[in-house]
Amino acid sequence: MSAVVSTPATAPLGQRAKRFMSDYPTVPLLVLLALLLVALHILQPGIINQRWAAQTMQFAIPLALLAGCQTITMLTGGIDMSAGTVASVTAYVLGSQALHHDPAVAVLIAMVPALLVGIVNGIGVGVFRVHPLIMTLGTGLIAFGCLQVYQRTVIATGFQVPDWLRWLGTGQTWGLPNSLVAFVPIAAIIIFTLRSTGFGRLLYALGDNERAARLAGVRYWQVILALYVISSLLAGLTGLLFLGLIKTASLTLVDPQLLPSVAAAVIGGTSIFGGRGGYVGTIIGAVILRVITTMLTLMQIPEGARMIIFGAIILAVTAIYLKIIEDR
Amino acid sequence: MIRFLRQQAWVLGLLALLVVLFIATKIIQPNYGASDFTALMRAVLPYAFAVAAQAIVVIGGGIDLSIASMMAVTSVTAAVMMNGASEEFALVVIPFVLLLGFAMGALNGILIVVTRVPDIVVTLAMLFVYQGLALLILGSPGGAAAVWLKTMIAGTVPIPGVPDWITMWIPNALVLLVVLLAAVWIPLKRSHIGLSIYAIGSSELAAFRSGVPVARTKIIAYGIGGLFAAMGGLALTISTGIGAPIPGPYLLASVAAVVLGGVVLGGGRGGLVGPIIAVFILRLLRTDLTLLSVDPNATTIIEGTIMVVVVMLGAFLTMRGRSS
Repeated sequence: MSAVVSTPATAPLGQRAKRFMSDYPTVPLLVLLALLLVALHILQPGIINQRWAAQTMQFAIPLALLAGCQTITMLTGGIDMSAGTVASVTAYVLGSQALHHDPAVAVLIAMVPALLVGIVNGIGVGVFRVHPLIMTLGTGLIAFGCLQVYQRTVIATGFQVPDWLRWLGTGQTWGLPNSLVAFVPIAAIIIFTLRSTGFGRLLYALGDNERAARLAGVRYWQVILALYVISSLLAGLTGLLFLGLIKTASLTLVDPQLLPSVAAAVIGGTSIFGGRGGYVGTIIGAVILRVITTMLTLMQIPEGARMIIFGAIILAVTAIYLKIIEDR
Repeated sequence: MIRFLRQQAWVLGLLALLVVLFIATKIIQPNYGASDFTALMRAVLPYAFAVAAQAIVVIGGGIDLSIASMMAVTSVTAAVMMNGASEEFALVVIPFVLLLGFAMGALNGILIVVTRVPDIVVTLAMLFVYQGLALLILGSPGGAAAVWLKTMIAGTVPIPGVPDWITMWIPNALVLLVVLLAAVWIPLKRSHIGLSIYAIGSSELAAFRSGVPVARTKIIAYGIGGLFAAMGGLALTISTGIGAPIPGPYLLASVAAVVLGGVVLGGGRGGLVGPIIAVFILRLLRTDLTLLSVDPNATTIIEGTIMVVVVMLGAFLTMRGRSS
């Protein structure tokens, strides 16, 4: 990103560099990641070791999954602000149901709220054409209210994080986090779907030019409904992984991850206006954010300043991408 | 007269709905009296200012997602500055906080104009920036408010010559709300700037070609939105006595009330009266639910559902209007 700012816009080299970056957005991202790692090494020599890497991956994986919700919805020009709440709801429901049911049944029960929120989001955005941001904020609020009511009913029955979830969320094998077992297939499916399936192309088409896509016969509401249901289910899975990682009963377990998830998708090169981006960039974006978080923690930057920095990153990166697109 | 009625049909309909709700409240709870009404007004204050802030921005064709965060920043700033300070010092605090609100709103507008990133993205980013700022100023709820400010929104207005049973239905908070909104809105609406805000809301291109300074007008619209948000933040601090760094549920409420109040998302149409009546309706609904002894958490669900349905219907009507 810093390269974009510093290259002079007049030189043809700058033009070429810009084009290169918008064609291969992952390359400058990897460069940025490398630069950040060097900076981190200078800041605290010796911090980068195998243990730190595993831990960073452990935290980056749920973030990358949640950012996946933002990536796929942003491709159509949307956003999923309910993802954080949905993940928290799923985690809480699973924790309270795991005592009484088989793991598989508990997971199915826990995914029901995610499914419902996804359906409502999809109907609101796809059929009624409410702006996705407002719609998902609203459903997030409703879901949180439902969770509060639900909490009352289960307060006596107890809360338990099942062992298999602890293994998945926190465990490590040969220095690699076990959550990769869940993450790698999911990420592969997302990348494959976006790149090589009809559904993926529909998302890009809708985000690029909705009118053209409609005229070409795309059934808008069906695509959007499917999209938001998938996004919600993905958020639910994130909630499960996060519960295994944090292992506490909290009504707002995953909510603080919402802003970083938007930031990760934006940094990863997915345009918030739609039609541009991909999941590989988002994954790198999530890792970058975790590295930045480590740096901020090392420098003892308070939570408030961290939010300011993340907000500024979202705005700055969006503005820069807009600039690149306009210049082409 | 008939023309006036036709023009204001939506607002009058809302007013009728409000009256029906008041009657319903009285039926549900026959003891519902003047003191409850005063309490309702105090609770409405921050919401009403948030809605006013959102309304003016939406009329100008934008949307400001950072309103709740700006309220949090102004609320904590006021609470921290008034903490331990003398009563008179509040006279300095209030103009400063109002100016701060205007500056934050104008900054949103400037960023939108300069970066040309859509308002919804800019204000989303600024939502987080301001929320972080509020947390930096005050890590947890605290601070204080001057006593005379607190008494200003409590109680009712004594008017000499008017019997008590009338004045007890005129809470200070309501008077304050009406006076403050009118003081900003009426001069604005009659001025050149007000007209320009409506113009850029209906069609930015047409406004630009007619010589309206679009960028400046947009910045001013957001600035005034920020000013109203600062009033909301002050109202919050004054009514609770402390500053709250975590933004309340004002964003969604403000959007819902604006849509319900007849301001079209997309801009150019509507006024301030409709949204303010709408916010009264939404708050009174909450009161009724509480009086019906609905679980307070379930109230959040019902309220959220109502707001989402309102926004959905609003979007649906806009879509129908566009296609016909």
